[in-house]
Amino acid sequence: MSERKIRVLVAKPGLDGHDRGAKVVARALRDAGMEVIYTGLRQTPEMVAEVALQEDVDVIGLSILSGAHMALVPRVFEILAANGQEHVKVFVGGIIPDEDVPRLMEIGVVGVYGPGTLTGDIIDDVRQAVVGAPAA
Amino acid sequence: MSLATSVLAGERLAMARLLSQIENDEPGGWETLGELFPHTGQAHLVGVTGAPGTGKSSLVNRLAHYYRNPPAGEPQRKIAVVAVDPSSPFTGGAILGDRVRMRDLSGDPGVFIRSMAARGSLGGLAPTTSSMVQVFDAAGFEIILIETVGAGQAEVDIARLAHTTLVVEAPGLGDEIQAIKAGILEIADILVVNKADRPGVENTERALRSMLELGHPTRRVVNHHGVVESIDINSAEKDFESLWIPPILRTVATKGDGLPDLVRAIADHLEHLETTGERHDRDRTRLQSELEQLIQGNLVSRWRKEVPDSKYQEILESLIARQMSPHQAAEILMNGGPTA
Repeated sequence: MSERKIRVLVAKPGLDGHDRGAKVVARALRDAGMEVIYTGLRQTPEMVAEVALQEDVDVIGLSILSGAHMALVPRVFEILAANGQEHVKVFVGGIIPDEDVPRLMEIGVVGVYGPGTLTGDIIDDVRQAVVGAPAA
Repeated sequence: MSLATSVLAGERLAMARLLSQIENDEPGGWETLGELFPHTGQAHLVGVTGAPGTGKSSLVNRLAHYYRNPPAGEPQRKIAVVAVDPSSPFTGGAILGDRVRMRDLSGDPGVFIRSMAARGSLGGLAPTTSSMVQVFDAAGFEIILIETVGAGQAEVDIARLAHTTLVVEAPGLGDEIQAIKAGILEIADILVVNKADRPGVENTERALRSMLELGHPTRRVVNHHGVVESIDINSAEKDFESLWIPPILRTVATKGDGLPDLVRAIADHLEHLETTGERHDRDRTRLQSELEQLIQGNLVSRWRKEVPDSKYQEILESLIARQMSPHQAAEILMNGGPTA
């Protein structure tokens, strides 16, 4: 009966102020039965990692449209590791140039999503990453 | 080092893990909470409730910020925040967005914020909120701010859990009829009119005051042989001093206006609870109701195991076919009355 809830942090690190995409994803994950912590705009990597720790999330979704992903994402991973939070799965969405995707995956990002991604795909990937199986 | 020891030592990761174990009803979590329980009972539990959009999260943010950065002469306190948001009744999912208003607290090791989804509970709190509060209490947080789901009129569980309950109102939300309805206003130890820089604040305050007058009359009017007299309760009832009259305070949470008065009122209320012995009574009532809830839940699941699912389905079908009333159905299932 008490199936374990997936807890997701949807965060917007960096300085761009466009959170429509992040909110759409947050809503989609909610409708998929997950508990989504939403923190609002302009978070530092330190803030993101701290929230992830206090909330003990399974997944972090980072929404970045400013082009600063190669600075922000590695820093998030650094702090997660320092906090003993290596088990947290990190996804990135937003405007990420194709050539940066492999570099992000290399540092441990599980999935990168650009404009036009179906929310259903994100939901399946998140479930897969946490539970190890797609939706029944 | 055991999880309990780590929590007592203030390790944040250990705390976060334990909170999840409890929230997910894992046996290990309850075991650890059992080890921690003797360390609880120290914290001042402050509930913050009120309708959606009255500014509960912003107020919690300001309060925590004040306790962390007090003016000279006041002690700095360790603060935990438990913020509950509603779960979807259809998917069980939830957006937990209270932290959006609490970003000022980021980076302060003396603050720990945990968001919770209500997970089907209807009283404004989640099923495990009180247990989570016990973890923070044992870990040495001095003041625990508990923010309920945006509550309407009947979400009053917080009054059972907290020592001090703030009910937050804002100008322009409802008239005097709302104020005299039973429920959420009656549980207030402190009434906060937030967004007090908005028009209509006087009306809100007046409505609250008249409601308070009814609930806590300071004069009693008696009709004595056709002569109307009014008696000061002050002289008539000796225990008047032990009565707490909820103050009505104005705040503007986004600017921090009114915070010193609110903090003082919260401290005054705790002192009142302690001098009158009510703190002890409230703790007792709370623990007893927690015990009874657990027993109820336990009985239900034990009973579920005893009654075969087929029988349950059969009775349920007769109920749906209107061959018996819900009361009769329950009677048969519980006491094995005559089968339909």
